[in-house]
Amino acid sequence: MSLSSRTNEKLAFTFIGLSMLTVVASVLIILYFIISNGYTALSWEFLTSMPRSRMTEGGIFPAIVGTVLLIVFSMLASLPMGVLAAIYLNEYSKPGRFKWAIEMAINNLAGTPSVVFGLFGLALFVRYFGFGSSVIAASLTLGILVLPVIVRASQEALLSVPMEYRHASLALGVSRWETVRKIVLPTALPGIVTGSILSIGRVAGETAPILFTGAAYFIPQLPSSIFDRFMALPYHLYVLATDGVDIEGTRHIQYGTALVLLLVVLGVNTIAILIRRHYRRKLRLG
Amino acid sequence: MVNGLFQGRDIGIKVSDLNLWYSTNHALKQISIDVPKNQVTSLIGPSGCGKSTFIRCLNRMNDLIRSCRVEGDVVVDGTNIYDPDIDVVELRKKVGMVFQKPNPFPMSIAENITYGPKIHGIKNKNELNRIVEESLKSSALWDEVSDRLDKSALDLSGGQQQRLCIARTLAVNPEIILFDEPCSALDPISTAKIEELIMNLKKDYTIVIVTHNMQQAARISDYTAYFLHGKIMEYGDTEQIFENPRVKSTEDYITGRFG
Repeated sequence: MSLSSRTNEKLAFTFIGLSMLTVVASVLIILYFIISNGYTALSWEFLTSMPRSRMTEGGIFPAIVGTVLLIVFSMLASLPMGVLAAIYLNEYSKPGRFKWAIEMAINNLAGTPSVVFGLFGLALFVRYFGFGSSVIAASLTLGILVLPVIVRASQEALLSVPMEYRHASLALGVSRWETVRKIVLPTALPGIVTGSILSIGRVAGETAPILFTGAAYFIPQLPSSIFDRFMALPYHLYVLATDGVDIEGTRHIQYGTALVLLLVVLGVNTIAILIRRHYRRKLRLG
Repeated sequence: MVNGLFQGRDIGIKVSDLNLWYSTNHALKQISIDVPKNQVTSLIGPSGCGKSTFIRCLNRMNDLIRSCRVEGDVVVDGTNIYDPDIDVVELRKKVGMVFQKPNPFPMSIAENITYGPKIHGIKNKNELNRIVEESLKSSALWDEVSDRLDKSALDLSGGQQQRLCIARTLAVNPEIILFDEPCSALDPISTAKIEELIMNLKKDYTIVIVTHNMQQAARISDYTAYFLHGKIMEYGDTEQIFENPRVKSTEDYITGRFG
């Protein structure tokens, strides 16, 4: 005997509702867990001082600096490259085998485990280019890791620019490149920024790639150049929680570090959203 | 073609034996037509007859369509614009185009107009201001927007946007302006303004207009070409075409028996 359609409907709705609840609950539980355990560790001193007593006391300032540096430099590397690649794919390339091959390569890049990127960064940037374990080697590695996200986001954004704008510009005797530069790209920028926000969280949180390419267990000073090693929040968290001298005794620092990591990502995202809003206003798109 | 049609008028565009294919679809067949300078020439015909495709041949906008192939000559100022050495960018400066749907850029009114001139190398601020004022006056928009040149063009009404698009085209100083059904998205009052504008512009520019509105063609054009199935069925003086068509299908179309 089959279920009546009403029972079926109810059953489906229950599952859909439960799934939704699970998603929301996971986020809330994680947030609650980290905030309730971490907020006691937060203090001005925690944010601005060096770790002391073999990282069982003091702050996480160098790890914050390291993570911010990673975000800035990996974005500097991957944003222009990703946007230009998207421009090539959307505005210039003709459909065919070559374009198909590029799209496949990007898809594969997106599916590659991050630890493989770490190994790749070690071989190429650390060894071959001789950057050593450094901010720049780790940033470039992370830059390549998030490249597919940025290319895809930029392609979506370029696609949403009305064809009429391109036609109008071309009909005024403006070359294709100038049309892209002056009309298409500025119009697509809010969308590109939105898509790239996702990659910021990725860069801030990845541990495996930077482990290979420059993150340090502990260094008593800040990096003085991009060729120095650095500390970073996710690795610092991992070290304290698995390999520290007093794992139980530093729980509050661990949660504090996780909370700061969340706040850094949130802060950078807020800046990105403000940039997006600025450009949207300028374009009057909403 | 009727001999002596233009009696001493200069020819702005000379099209001979133009054929166009979209993949295997032969969309324009053996088009030959002389477009006189400083006159309004309208292209009429039922949907799908090839009139829009044809006008897009005149500034090579069809280049953007990958499957499109063109054969034949289109001569502007003594050069065939389908010559392989021709610079399409330069051609489009000379042959401007106004589209069916108003398509101002998401910028201010003034920026919309200075966009072309700036890219073409004009940097002097006074010169750019002069171009803004002149173009807006020529497109009969100045009085309506002179106090808000720095406001977004997207806040203008449809008719104003279309006149802004005309001003934007005038700003790069073309010789020829192509209008591709410029009023089809506009209300009657805006349409009347654009029609008046087009008639005023012909003293300085050669104008070709595609329209599906026969009254419009009759009102504003000096010459009319009737397109059907990718061919020009009849071309001549507008008055003659409307009052005394020589071809049966022209008469049928004009009297509304089909189309």
